[in-house]
Amino acid sequence: MNTEITGKIIVVGDNIDTDQIYPGRFLAITDPKEIGSHCLCGVDENIAPTFPQGGIVVAGRNFGCGSSREHAPIALLNMGAAAVIADSFARIFFRNAVNLGLVPVISKGISKKVKPGQTLTLDLEKGIVKVHETGEVFECEQLGDQAMKILEAGGIKPMMRARFGRKEA
Amino acid sequence: MHAIEKILAKNSGRSEVKTGEIVTAKVDFAEINDLYLQTVYSFYEMGGEKVWDNERCAFVFDHYAPTPDIKSAANHKEMREFAQKNNLRFHFDTNCGVCHQVMPEAGVIYPGMIVVATDSHTTTHGAFGAMGTGCGATDMATILMTGELWFRVPEIIEVRLEGEAPKGVYPKDVVLAVLGKIRADGAVYKAIDFTGSYVENLNVAGRMVICNMAVEMGAKTAYMQPNQDVLDYVSRRAVRPYEIQFTDPDYQYSESYVFDVSGLEPELACPSSVENVHTLSSVVAQGQVKLNQGYIGSCTGGREEDIEVAAKILKGRHIPEYTRLIIVPASREVMMNCMKKGYIQDLMDAGATITTPGCGACLGAHEGILAPGEVCITSTNRNFPGRMGSTEALMYLASPATVAASMVNGYITDPRTFL
Repeated sequence: MNTEITGKIIVVGDNIDTDQIYPGRFLAITDPKEIGSHCLCGVDENIAPTFPQGGIVVAGRNFGCGSSREHAPIALLNMGAAAVIADSFARIFFRNAVNLGLVPVISKGISKKVKPGQTLTLDLEKGIVKVHETGEVFECEQLGDQAMKILEAGGIKPMMRARFGRKEA
Repeated sequence: MHAIEKILAKNSGRSEVKTGEIVTAKVDFAEINDLYLQTVYSFYEMGGEKVWDNERCAFVFDHYAPTPDIKSAANHKEMREFAQKNNLRFHFDTNCGVCHQVMPEAGVIYPGMIVVATDSHTTTHGAFGAMGTGCGATDMATILMTGELWFRVPEIIEVRLEGEAPKGVYPKDVVLAVLGKIRADGAVYKAIDFTGSYVENLNVAGRMVICNMAVEMGAKTAYMQPNQDVLDYVSRRAVRPYEIQFTDPDYQYSESYVFDVSGLEPELACPSSVENVHTLSSVVAQGQVKLNQGYIGSCTGGREEDIEVAAKILKGRHIPEYTRLIIVPASREVMMNCMKKGYIQDLMDAGATITTPGCGACLGAHEGILAPGEVCITSTNRNFPGRMGSTEALMYLASPATVAASMVNGYITDPRTFL
Protein backbone atom coordinates (compact mmCIF):
# COMPACT_ATOMS: atom_id res chain seq x y z
CA MET A 1 0.00 0.00 0.00
CA ASN A 2 0.96 3.62 -0.41
CA THR A 3 2.11 4.82 3.00
CA GLU A 4 2.05 8.47 1.91
CA ILE A 5 -1.23 10.17 1.18
CA THR A 6 -1.36 13.75 -0.09
CA GLY A 7 -4.60 15.63 -0.60
CA LYS A 8 -6.60 18.79 -0.11
CA ILE A 9 -8.63 18.87 3.08
CA ILE A 10 -12.05 19.72 4.35
CA VAL A 11 -12.52 20.29 8.08
CA VAL A 12 -15.56 19.17 10.11
CA GLY A 13 -16.30 19.39 13.84
CA ASP A 14 -16.65 17.10 16.88
CA ASN A 15 -19.04 14.13 17.17
CA ILE A 16 -19.76 13.90 13.44
CA ASP A 17 -22.06 10.90 13.70
CA THR A 18 -22.99 8.38 11.03
CA ASP A 19 -26.39 10.07 10.56
CA GLN A 20 -24.59 13.26 9.51
CA ILE A 21 -22.15 11.28 7.35
CA TYR A 22 -24.92 9.24 5.78
CA PRO A 23 -28.54 9.95 6.83
CA GLY A 24 -30.98 7.11 7.51
CA ARG A 25 -33.26 8.05 4.63
CA PHE A 26 -30.63 6.87 2.10
CA LEU A 27 -29.82 3.52 3.73
CA ALA A 28 -31.64 1.35 1.20
CA ILE A 29 -29.31 2.57 -1.57
CA THR A 30 -26.73 -0.04 -2.62
CA ASP A 31 -24.94 1.63 -5.57
CA PRO A 32 -21.57 2.85 -4.18
CA LYS A 33 -21.37 5.94 -6.42
CA GLU A 34 -24.87 7.03 -5.42
CA ILE A 35 -23.99 6.40 -1.76
CA GLY A 36 -20.94 8.65 -2.24
CA SER A 37 -23.07 11.44 -3.67
CA HIS A 38 -24.87 11.85 -0.30
CA CYS A 39 -21.72 11.82 1.83
CA LEU A 40 -21.72 14.26 4.76
CA CYS A 41 -24.99 15.81 3.57
CA GLY A 42 -26.12 15.91 7.19
CA VAL A 43 -23.34 18.46 7.74
CA ASP A 44 -23.61 20.33 4.43
CA GLU A 45 -25.14 19.17 1.15
CA ASN A 46 -22.42 20.97 -0.82
CA ILE A 47 -19.56 18.85 0.56
CA ALA A 48 -19.92 15.78 -1.70
CA PRO A 49 -20.37 17.63 -5.02
CA THR A 50 -17.29 19.80 -4.44
CA PHE A 51 -15.02 17.35 -2.61
CA PRO A 52 -11.45 17.27 -4.03
CA GLN A 53 -10.74 13.77 -5.42
CA GLY A 54 -8.17 11.96 -3.30
CA GLY A 55 -8.79 14.52 -0.57
CA ILE A 56 -8.64 14.12 3.19
CA VAL A 57 -11.39 14.74 5.73
CA VAL A 58 -10.08 16.34 8.94
CA ALA A 59 -12.42 16.00 11.92
CA GLY A 60 -12.67 16.68 15.64
CA ARG A 61 -13.26 14.10 18.33
CA ASN A 62 -15.38 10.93 18.05
CA PHE A 63 -15.72 10.92 14.26
CA GLY A 64 -18.15 8.25 13.03
CA CYS A 65 -20.01 7.78 16.31
CA GLY A 66 -23.47 6.27 16.19
CA SER A 67 -24.58 3.47 13.91
CA SER A 68 -22.54 0.54 12.65
CA ARG A 69 -23.60 1.45 9.12
CA GLU A 70 -20.84 0.61 6.65
CA HIS A 71 -22.47 3.11 4.29
CA ALA A 72 -20.43 5.77 6.14
CA PRO A 73 -16.95 4.66 4.95
CA ILE A 74 -18.43 3.52 1.60
CA ALA A 75 -19.78 7.08 1.17
CA LEU A 76 -16.45 8.69 2.12
CA LEU A 77 -14.47 6.45 -0.25
CA ASN A 78 -16.87 7.02 -3.13
CA MET A 79 -16.96 10.75 -2.53
CA GLY A 80 -13.23 10.53 -3.22
CA ALA A 81 -11.73 10.63 0.28
CA ALA A 82 -8.46 8.73 0.75
CA ALA A 83 -8.12 9.23 4.49
CA VAL A 84 -9.77 10.69 7.56
CA ILE A 85 -7.58 12.38 10.18
CA ALA A 86 -9.38 13.04 13.45
CA ASP A 87 -8.83 13.81 17.12
CA SER A 88 -10.49 10.44 17.80
CA PHE A 89 -12.74 7.88 16.12
CA ALA A 90 -15.70 5.79 17.18
CA ARG A 91 -14.76 2.13 17.25
CA ILE A 92 -17.09 0.53 14.69
CA PHE A 93 -16.40 3.30 12.15
CA PHE A 94 -12.67 2.73 12.61
CA ARG A 95 -13.00 -1.01 11.92
CA ASN A 96 -15.28 -0.47 8.93
CA ALA A 97 -12.90 2.10 7.42
CA VAL A 98 -9.86 -0.17 7.76
CA ASN A 99 -11.81 -3.13 6.34
CA LEU A 100 -12.64 -1.13 3.21
CA GLY A 101 -9.21 0.46 2.80
CA LEU A 102 -10.09 3.98 3.98
CA VAL A 103 -7.21 5.12 6.21
CA PRO A 104 -8.36 6.46 9.63
CA VAL A 105 -5.59 8.23 11.53
CA ILE A 106 -5.65 9.89 14.94
CA SER A 107 -3.80 13.20 15.30
CA LYS A 108 -4.97 14.85 18.50
CA GLY A 109 -5.96 18.50 18.18
CA ILE A 110 -5.35 18.69 14.44
CA SER A 111 -8.85 19.87 13.55
CA LYS A 112 -8.21 23.17 15.33
CA LYS A 113 -4.82 23.76 13.68
CA VAL A 114 -5.52 23.33 9.97
CA LYS A 115 -7.72 25.25 7.55
CA PRO A 116 -10.11 24.01 4.86
CA GLY A 117 -8.49 23.96 1.42
CA GLN A 118 -4.95 23.37 2.71
CA THR A 119 -3.00 20.40 1.38
CA LEU A 120 -1.72 17.77 3.80
CA THR A 121 0.65 14.87 3.43
CA LEU A 122 0.02 11.97 5.75
CA ASP A 123 3.09 9.78 6.23
CA LEU A 124 1.95 6.53 7.85
CA GLU A 125 5.46 5.15 8.29
CA LYS A 126 6.85 8.19 10.08
CA GLY A 127 3.58 8.87 11.89
CA ILE A 128 3.39 12.52 10.84
CA VAL A 129 1.08 14.93 9.05
CA LYS A 130 2.66 17.80 7.11
CA VAL A 131 0.82 20.99 6.10
CA HIS A 132 2.11 22.14 2.70
CA GLU A 133 1.09 25.79 3.01
CA THR A 134 2.70 26.42 6.40
CA GLY A 135 5.32 23.68 6.68
CA GLU A 136 3.87 22.69 10.07
CA VAL A 137 4.26 19.06 11.09
CA PHE A 138 1.91 17.25 13.48
CA GLU A 139 2.35 13.84 15.02
CA CYS A 140 -0.21 11.14 14.49
CA GLU A 141 -0.76 7.84 16.25
CA GLN A 142 0.56 4.67 14.61
CA LEU A 143 -2.11 2.34 13.31
CA GLY A 144 -2.00 -0.98 15.17
CA ASP A 145 -0.45 -4.08 13.56
CA GLN A 146 -3.85 -5.63 12.90
CA ALA A 147 -5.13 -2.51 11.11
CA MET A 148 -1.91 -2.18 9.09
CA LYS A 149 -2.08 -5.84 8.06
CA ILE A 150 -5.61 -5.33 6.69
CA LEU A 151 -4.76 -2.01 4.98
CA GLU A 152 -1.62 -3.49 3.41
CA ALA A 153 -3.73 -6.32 1.97
CA GLY A 154 -5.95 -3.64 0.38
CA GLY A 155 -8.77 -4.23 2.86
CA ILE A 156 -10.44 -7.26 4.41
CA LYS A 157 -11.94 -8.51 1.15
CA PRO A 158 -8.65 -9.30 -0.67
CA MET A 159 -7.33 -10.71 2.61
CA MET A 160 -10.23 -13.14 2.92
CA ARG A 161 -10.07 -14.07 -0.76
CA ALA A 162 -6.40 -14.97 -0.28
CA ARG A 163 -7.19 -16.96 2.87
CA PHE A 164 -9.86 -19.00 1.10
CA GLY A 165 -7.85 -19.33 -2.12
CA ARG A 166 -10.46 -17.42 -4.13
CA LYS A 167 -9.69 -15.41 -7.24
CA GLU A 168 -10.31 -11.68 -7.65
CA ALA A 169 -14.08 -11.08 -7.57
CA MET B 1 -9.78 -11.80 34.77
CA HIS B 2 -13.04 -10.00 34.13
CA ALA B 3 -16.09 -12.00 33.01
CA ILE B 4 -15.79 -10.36 29.56
CA GLU B 5 -12.15 -11.50 29.33
CA LYS B 6 -13.17 -15.01 30.35
CA ILE B 7 -15.76 -15.04 27.57
CA LEU B 8 -13.14 -13.88 25.05
CA ALA B 9 -10.61 -16.42 26.37
CA LYS B 10 -13.06 -19.31 26.23
CA ASN B 11 -14.18 -18.49 22.69
CA SER B 12 -10.61 -18.07 21.45
CA GLY B 13 -9.38 -21.31 22.99
CA ARG B 14 -7.05 -19.64 25.49
CA SER B 15 -6.76 -19.96 29.24
CA GLU B 16 -6.06 -16.25 29.62
CA VAL B 17 -6.29 -12.96 27.71
CA LYS B 18 -4.79 -9.56 28.56
CA THR B 19 -5.96 -6.00 27.87
CA GLY B 20 -4.80 -4.83 24.45
CA GLU B 21 -4.22 -8.31 23.03
CA ILE B 22 -5.78 -9.17 19.68
CA VAL B 23 -7.67 -12.45 19.79
CA THR B 24 -9.69 -14.31 17.20
CA ALA B 25 -12.82 -15.57 18.91
CA LYS B 26 -15.70 -17.80 17.88
CA VAL B 27 -19.01 -16.00 17.52
CA ASP B 28 -21.91 -17.84 19.15
CA PHE B 29 -24.60 -15.94 17.29
CA ALA B 30 -24.45 -13.47 14.41
CA GLU B 31 -27.34 -11.25 13.38
CA ILE B 32 -27.76 -9.18 10.24
CA ASN B 33 -30.42 -6.50 10.10
CA ASP B 34 -32.13 -5.33 6.96
CA LEU B 35 -29.95 -2.26 6.38
CA TYR B 36 -27.09 -4.61 5.54
CA LEU B 37 -27.61 -6.21 2.14
CA GLN B 38 -23.95 -5.26 1.74
CA THR B 39 -23.19 -8.24 4.03
CA VAL B 40 -24.49 -10.58 1.33
CA TYR B 41 -22.55 -8.67 -1.35
CA SER B 42 -19.32 -8.72 0.69
CA PHE B 43 -19.83 -12.44 1.44
CA TYR B 44 -19.90 -13.27 -2.28
CA GLU B 45 -17.16 -10.73 -3.15
CA MET B 46 -14.88 -12.58 -0.71
CA GLY B 47 -15.73 -15.94 -2.26
CA GLY B 48 -18.22 -17.11 0.37
CA GLU B 49 -20.42 -20.03 -0.61
CA LYS B 50 -22.41 -21.21 2.41
CA VAL B 51 -22.63 -19.72 5.91
CA TRP B 52 -20.44 -21.47 8.46
CA ASP B 53 -23.33 -22.66 10.62
CA ASN B 54 -26.98 -22.26 9.67
CA GLU B 55 -28.13 -22.43 13.30
CA ARG B 56 -25.95 -19.56 14.52
CA CYS B 57 -26.92 -16.68 12.24
CA ALA B 58 -30.13 -14.94 11.28
CA PHE B 59 -31.59 -11.92 9.56
CA VAL B 60 -33.95 -9.59 11.43
CA PHE B 61 -36.04 -7.33 9.20
CA ASP B 62 -36.62 -4.46 11.61
CA HIS B 63 -35.46 -1.16 10.10
CA TYR B 64 -37.85 -1.44 7.17
CA ALA B 65 -40.72 -3.33 8.77
CA PRO B 66 -42.77 -3.36 6.65
CA THR B 67 -40.95 -1.95 3.62
CA PRO B 68 -41.64 1.72 2.78
CA ASP B 69 -40.38 1.71 -0.82
CA ILE B 70 -39.37 -0.44 -3.78
CA LYS B 71 -35.64 -0.31 -3.03
CA SER B 72 -35.97 -1.59 0.54
CA ALA B 73 -38.43 -4.24 -0.68
CA ALA B 74 -35.87 -5.40 -3.26
CA ASN B 75 -33.21 -5.52 -0.53
CA HIS B 76 -35.48 -7.66 1.67
CA LYS B 77 -36.11 -9.95 -1.29
CA GLU B 78 -32.39 -10.55 -1.83
CA MET B 79 -31.80 -11.15 1.89
CA ARG B 80 -34.74 -13.56 2.11
CA GLU B 81 -33.32 -15.50 -0.83
CA PHE B 82 -29.92 -15.70 0.90
CA ALA B 83 -31.57 -16.92 4.13
CA GLN B 84 -33.57 -19.56 2.25
CA LYS B 85 -30.59 -20.71 0.21
CA ASN B 86 -28.58 -21.18 3.42
CA ASN B 87 -31.50 -22.87 5.15
CA LEU B 88 -31.13 -20.64 8.22
CA ARG B 89 -32.82 -22.13 11.29
CA PHE B 90 -33.93 -18.70 12.52
CA HIS B 91 -35.48 -16.03 10.32
CA PHE B 92 -37.20 -12.94 11.66
CA ASP B 93 -39.27 -11.23 8.98
CA THR B 94 -41.23 -7.96 9.16
CA ASN B 95 -43.72 -9.36 11.69
CA CYS B 96 -41.18 -9.74 14.51
CA GLY B 97 -39.72 -6.46 15.81
CA VAL B 98 -36.38 -4.88 16.72
CA CYS B 99 -33.47 -7.32 16.66
CA HIS B 100 -32.28 -6.57 20.22
CA GLN B 101 -35.71 -7.45 21.60
CA VAL B 102 -36.44 -10.28 19.21
CA MET B 103 -33.19 -12.20 19.79
CA PRO B 104 -33.52 -12.55 23.59
CA GLU B 105 -37.19 -13.46 23.19
CA ALA B 106 -36.21 -16.20 20.72
CA GLY B 107 -33.68 -17.61 23.20
CA VAL B 108 -30.56 -17.04 21.09
CA ILE B 109 -29.11 -14.72 23.75
CA TYR B 110 -27.81 -16.21 27.01
CA PRO B 111 -25.04 -15.61 29.57
CA GLY B 112 -21.41 -16.23 28.65
CA MET B 113 -21.87 -16.01 24.87
CA ILE B 114 -20.51 -13.72 22.17
CA VAL B 115 -23.17 -12.13 19.98
CA VAL B 116 -22.18 -9.89 17.07
CA ALA B 117 -24.75 -7.99 15.03
CA THR B 118 -24.67 -5.37 12.31
CA ASP B 119 -26.04 -2.86 14.75
CA SER B 120 -24.27 -0.60 17.20
CA HIS B 121 -26.83 -1.27 19.95
CA THR B 122 -25.69 -4.89 20.28
CA THR B 123 -24.19 -3.76 23.61
CA THR B 124 -27.78 -4.35 24.88
CA HIS B 125 -27.04 -8.03 25.48
CA GLY B 126 -24.65 -7.29 28.31
CA ALA B 127 -27.92 -7.22 30.27
CA PHE B 128 -27.85 -11.03 30.07
CA GLY B 129 -24.16 -11.46 30.94
CA ALA B 130 -23.34 -11.92 27.25
CA MET B 131 -20.66 -10.09 25.28
CA GLY B 132 -22.49 -8.22 22.54
CA THR B 133 -20.88 -5.91 20.04
CA GLY B 134 -21.75 -4.25 16.74
CA CYS B 135 -19.91 -4.49 13.46
CA GLY B 136 -20.24 -3.39 9.85
CA ALA B 137 -21.41 -5.36 6.85
CA THR B 138 -18.04 -6.70 5.75
CA ASP B 139 -16.89 -7.77 9.23
CA MET B 140 -20.21 -9.61 9.41
CA ALA B 141 -19.52 -11.29 6.07
CA THR B 142 -16.20 -12.59 7.46
CA ILE B 143 -18.14 -14.06 10.41
CA LEU B 144 -20.61 -15.75 8.06
CA MET B 145 -17.63 -17.34 6.25
CA THR B 146 -15.50 -18.31 9.25
CA GLY B 147 -17.65 -18.21 12.40
CA GLU B 148 -15.10 -15.94 14.07
CA LEU B 149 -13.94 -12.34 14.35
CA TRP B 150 -10.84 -10.60 15.69
CA PHE B 151 -11.22 -8.52 18.83
CA ARG B 152 -8.94 -6.31 20.84
CA VAL B 153 -9.32 -7.22 24.51
CA PRO B 154 -10.76 -3.97 25.89
CA GLU B 155 -10.01 -1.90 28.95
CA ILE B 156 -13.01 -2.18 31.24
CA ILE B 157 -14.65 0.74 33.05
CA GLU B 158 -16.73 0.06 36.14
CA VAL B 159 -19.88 2.14 36.49
CA ARG B 160 -21.21 1.40 39.94
CA LEU B 161 -24.86 2.35 40.44
CA GLU B 162 -25.86 2.31 44.07
CA GLY B 163 -29.18 2.82 45.81
CA GLU B 164 -32.82 2.83 44.79
CA ALA B 165 -34.28 5.11 42.15
CA PRO B 166 -36.73 7.71 43.47
CA LYS B 167 -40.27 7.84 42.07
CA GLY B 168 -40.25 9.13 38.49
CA VAL B 169 -36.64 8.11 37.84
CA TYR B 170 -36.33 5.23 35.38
CA PRO B 171 -33.38 3.26 33.94
CA LYS B 172 -33.33 5.70 31.00
CA ASP B 173 -32.82 8.62 33.40
CA VAL B 174 -30.04 6.71 35.14
CA VAL B 175 -28.17 5.96 31.92
CA LEU B 176 -28.61 9.54 30.67
CA ALA B 177 -27.05 10.77 33.92
CA VAL B 178 -24.12 8.38 33.38
CA LEU B 179 -23.79 9.50 29.76
CA GLY B 180 -23.73 13.16 30.78
CA LYS B 181 -20.76 12.37 33.00
CA ILE B 182 -18.77 9.93 30.82
CA ARG B 183 -19.63 11.83 27.58
CA ALA B 184 -20.14 10.48 24.05
CA ASP B 185 -16.57 9.25 23.62
CA GLY B 186 -15.60 8.45 27.22
CA ALA B 187 -15.68 4.69 26.65
CA VAL B 188 -14.45 4.40 23.03
CA TYR B 189 -12.71 1.03 22.46
CA LYS B 190 -13.56 0.13 26.07
CA ALA B 191 -16.16 -2.00 27.80
CA ILE B 192 -18.47 -0.83 30.59
CA ASP B 193 -19.36 -3.12 33.48
CA PHE B 194 -22.42 -1.82 35.33
CA THR B 195 -22.32 -2.96 38.94
CA GLY B 196 -23.85 -1.99 42.28
CA SER B 197 -27.05 -2.58 44.21
CA TYR B 198 -29.26 -0.76 41.67
CA VAL B 199 -28.12 -3.16 38.91
CA GLU B 200 -28.39 -6.22 41.16
CA ASN B 201 -32.05 -5.42 41.76
CA LEU B 202 -32.92 -4.28 38.24
CA ASN B 203 -35.32 -6.23 35.99
CA VAL B 204 -34.42 -7.50 32.53
CA ALA B 205 -36.01 -4.57 30.66
CA GLY B 206 -34.21 -1.97 32.79
CA ARG B 207 -30.89 -3.73 32.36
CA MET B 208 -31.38 -3.74 28.60
CA VAL B 209 -32.04 0.03 28.54
CA ILE B 210 -28.78 0.78 30.35
CA CYS B 211 -26.57 -1.64 28.38
CA ASN B 212 -28.20 -0.46 25.14
CA MET B 213 -27.08 3.14 25.74
CA ALA B 214 -23.49 2.11 26.58
CA VAL B 215 -22.65 2.50 22.90
CA GLU B 216 -23.67 6.17 23.13
CA MET B 217 -20.55 6.54 25.31
CA GLY B 218 -18.55 4.78 22.59
CA ALA B 219 -18.37 1.43 24.38
CA LYS B 220 -17.44 -1.71 22.49
CA THR B 221 -19.55 -3.80 24.82
CA ALA B 222 -21.39 -3.64 28.14
CA TYR B 223 -21.76 -6.15 30.92
CA MET B 224 -23.94 -6.82 33.94
CA GLN B 225 -23.56 -9.88 36.13
CA PRO B 226 -26.78 -11.90 35.61
CA ASN B 227 -29.27 -11.73 38.50
CA GLN B 228 -32.26 -13.94 39.27
CA ASP B 229 -34.52 -11.99 36.87
CA VAL B 230 -32.11 -12.71 34.03
CA LEU B 231 -31.82 -16.39 34.95
CA ASP B 232 -35.61 -16.73 35.11
CA TYR B 233 -35.85 -15.10 31.67
CA VAL B 234 -33.18 -17.14 29.90
CA SER B 235 -34.01 -20.46 31.56
CA ARG B 236 -37.42 -20.32 29.88
CA ARG B 237 -36.02 -19.42 26.48
CA ALA B 238 -32.37 -20.32 25.84
CA VAL B 239 -31.91 -22.62 22.84
CA ARG B 240 -28.49 -23.82 24.07
CA PRO B 241 -26.87 -24.69 27.39
CA TYR B 242 -24.88 -21.80 28.82
CA GLU B 243 -22.17 -21.05 31.34
CA ILE B 244 -22.23 -17.84 33.38
CA GLN B 245 -18.84 -16.15 33.78
CA PHE B 246 -17.82 -14.28 36.93
CA THR B 247 -15.27 -11.51 37.40
CA ASP B 248 -12.39 -12.40 39.71
CA PRO B 249 -12.42 -10.39 42.97
CA ASP B 250 -8.90 -9.04 42.28
CA TYR B 251 -9.74 -7.68 38.79
CA GLN B 252 -8.54 -4.08 38.36
CA TYR B 253 -10.83 -1.80 36.33
CA SER B 254 -9.18 0.85 34.14
CA GLU B 255 -11.52 3.49 35.62
CA SER B 256 -14.36 3.51 38.13
CA TYR B 257 -17.34 5.82 38.48
CA VAL B 258 -19.87 5.69 41.30
CA PHE B 259 -23.41 7.10 41.03
CA ASP B 260 -25.91 7.45 43.84
CA VAL B 261 -29.12 6.62 41.98
CA SER B 262 -31.26 7.72 44.92
CA GLY B 263 -30.16 11.31 44.31
CA LEU B 264 -31.14 11.43 40.62
CA GLU B 265 -34.01 13.27 38.93
CA PRO B 266 -35.69 12.79 35.54
CA GLU B 267 -33.08 13.64 32.90
CA LEU B 268 -33.09 14.88 29.31
CA ALA B 269 -30.50 14.71 26.53
CA CYS B 270 -31.14 18.05 24.84
CA PRO B 271 -30.64 18.87 21.13
CA SER B 272 -28.61 17.75 19.33
CA SER B 273 -26.17 15.51 21.12
CA VAL B 274 -26.56 12.49 23.37
CA GLU B 275 -24.08 13.98 25.83
CA ASN B 276 -26.01 17.27 26.20
CA VAL B 277 -27.66 15.94 29.37
CA HIS B 278 -29.52 18.16 31.85
CA THR B 279 -32.04 17.51 34.59
CA LEU B 280 -35.58 17.99 33.34
CA SER B 281 -36.22 20.48 36.13
CA SER B 282 -33.34 22.70 34.99
CA VAL B 283 -34.58 22.66 31.38
CA VAL B 284 -38.18 23.56 32.17
CA ALA B 285 -37.01 26.26 34.60
CA GLN B 286 -35.62 28.08 31.54
CA GLY B 287 -39.05 28.18 29.91
CA GLN B 288 -41.72 26.00 28.38
CA VAL B 289 -40.52 23.60 25.65
CA LYS B 290 -43.42 23.06 23.23
CA LEU B 291 -43.63 19.73 21.38
CA ASN B 292 -44.97 18.61 18.02
CA GLN B 293 -44.34 14.89 18.47
CA GLY B 294 -43.79 12.34 21.20
CA TYR B 295 -42.23 8.97 20.37
CA ILE B 296 -42.10 5.80 22.47
CA GLY B 297 -40.30 2.90 20.85
CA SER B 298 -37.00 1.35 19.69
CA CYS B 299 -34.50 -1.09 21.21
CA THR B 300 -34.07 1.46 24.00
CA GLY B 301 -37.60 2.47 24.97
CA GLY B 302 -40.27 0.29 23.34
CA ARG B 303 -40.69 -2.57 25.81
CA GLU B 304 -43.77 -3.66 27.71
CA GLU B 305 -42.64 -1.72 30.82
CA ASP B 306 -42.25 1.44 28.71
CA ILE B 307 -45.65 1.18 27.07
CA GLU B 308 -47.21 0.26 30.43
CA VAL B 309 -45.99 3.43 32.16
CA ALA B 310 -47.12 5.54 29.20
CA ALA B 311 -50.56 3.91 29.22
CA LYS B 312 -50.93 4.49 32.95
CA ILE B 313 -50.09 8.19 32.59
CA LEU B 314 -52.25 8.72 29.50
CA LYS B 315 -55.28 6.60 30.51
CA GLY B 316 -58.34 8.83 30.63
CA ARG B 317 -56.37 11.78 29.21
CA HIS B 318 -55.78 12.98 25.66
CA ILE B 319 -52.84 14.50 23.82
CA PRO B 320 -53.44 18.10 22.66
CA GLU B 321 -54.87 18.79 19.24
CA TYR B 322 -52.25 19.33 16.50
CA THR B 323 -49.68 17.10 18.26
CA ARG B 324 -49.01 13.39 17.77
CA LEU B 325 -47.71 10.57 19.93
CA ILE B 326 -46.24 7.60 18.09
CA ILE B 327 -45.94 4.27 19.89
CA VAL B 328 -43.80 1.55 18.32
CA PRO B 329 -43.75 -1.68 20.34
CA ALA B 330 -40.27 -3.25 20.23
CA SER B 331 -41.58 -6.66 19.22
CA ARG B 332 -44.62 -8.73 18.36
CA GLU B 333 -44.49 -10.29 21.83
CA VAL B 334 -44.38 -6.83 23.44
CA MET B 335 -47.30 -5.64 21.32
CA MET B 336 -49.42 -8.71 22.04
CA ASN B 337 -48.81 -8.45 25.78
CA CYS B 338 -49.71 -4.76 25.68
CA MET B 339 -52.88 -5.56 23.77
CA LYS B 340 -53.88 -8.23 26.30
CA LYS B 341 -53.32 -5.84 29.17
CA GLY B 342 -55.32 -3.05 27.52
CA TYR B 343 -52.41 -0.60 27.19
CA ILE B 344 -52.80 -0.27 23.42
CA GLN B 345 -56.51 0.53 23.82
CA ASP B 346 -55.76 3.15 26.50
CA LEU B 347 -53.09 4.77 24.37
CA MET B 348 -55.26 4.81 21.26
CA ASP B 349 -58.07 6.36 23.31
CA ALA B 350 -55.56 9.02 24.36
CA GLY B 351 -54.86 9.86 20.72
CA ALA B 352 -51.68 7.83 20.15
CA THR B 353 -50.69 6.42 16.76
CA ILE B 354 -49.61 2.78 17.04
CA THR B 355 -47.26 1.41 14.38
CA THR B 356 -45.80 -2.00 13.51
CA PRO B 357 -43.09 -3.41 15.82
CA GLY B 358 -39.68 -2.41 14.44
CA CYS B 359 -37.21 0.45 14.39
CA GLY B 360 -39.77 2.88 12.96
CA ALA B 361 -38.69 6.51 12.85
CA CYS B 362 -35.83 6.11 15.35
CA LEU B 363 -33.30 6.35 12.54
CA GLY B 364 -35.34 8.50 10.21
CA ALA B 365 -36.32 5.74 7.78
CA HIS B 366 -40.13 5.97 7.99
CA GLU B 367 -43.23 6.11 10.22
CA GLY B 368 -42.90 9.39 12.08
CA ILE B 369 -40.31 11.57 10.32
CA LEU B 370 -39.89 15.13 11.62
CA ALA B 371 -40.33 18.27 9.50
CA PRO B 372 -37.96 21.27 9.69
CA GLY B 373 -38.58 23.31 12.82
CA GLU B 374 -40.44 20.55 14.68
CA VAL B 375 -39.64 19.47 18.22
CA CYS B 376 -39.87 15.86 19.40
CA ILE B 377 -39.47 14.14 22.76
CA THR B 378 -38.51 10.50 22.44
CA SER B 379 -37.64 7.38 24.42
CA THR B 380 -35.12 6.36 21.72
CA ASN B 381 -31.32 6.50 21.89
CA ARG B 382 -30.01 9.24 19.60
CA ASN B 383 -30.85 12.89 19.00
CA PHE B 384 -28.15 13.59 16.40
CA PRO B 385 -28.98 16.27 13.81
CA GLY B 386 -31.33 14.69 11.26
CA ARG B 387 -31.62 11.40 13.13
CA MET B 388 -35.45 11.34 12.91
CA GLY B 389 -35.79 13.36 9.73
CA SER B 390 -34.94 17.01 9.12
CA THR B 391 -31.60 18.32 10.38
CA GLU B 392 -33.61 21.39 11.39
CA ALA B 393 -35.81 19.38 13.79
CA LEU B 394 -34.94 19.20 17.50
CA MET B 395 -35.03 16.04 19.61
CA TYR B 396 -35.01 15.54 23.37
CA LEU B 397 -34.19 12.06 24.70
CA ALA B 398 -36.14 11.07 27.81
CA SER B 399 -37.72 8.18 29.69
CA PRO B 400 -41.03 6.82 28.35
CA ALA B 401 -42.77 8.27 31.44
CA THR B 402 -41.41 11.73 30.65
CA VAL B 403 -42.52 11.38 27.02
CA ALA B 404 -46.04 10.39 28.09
CA ALA B 405 -46.34 13.14 30.71
CA SER B 406 -45.05 15.70 28.22
CA MET B 407 -47.58 14.65 25.60
CA VAL B 408 -50.45 15.11 28.07
CA ASN B 409 -49.57 18.80 28.08
CA GLY B 410 -47.88 19.27 24.69
CA TYR B 411 -44.78 20.64 26.38
CA ILE B 412 -41.95 19.02 28.37
CA THR B 413 -43.40 17.98 31.71
CA ASP B 414 -42.03 16.27 34.80
CA PRO B 415 -43.57 12.76 34.96
CA ARG B 416 -43.78 13.01 38.75
CA THR B 417 -46.74 15.34 38.17
CA PHE B 418 -48.77 12.27 37.17
CA LEU B 419 -47.39 9.56 39.48
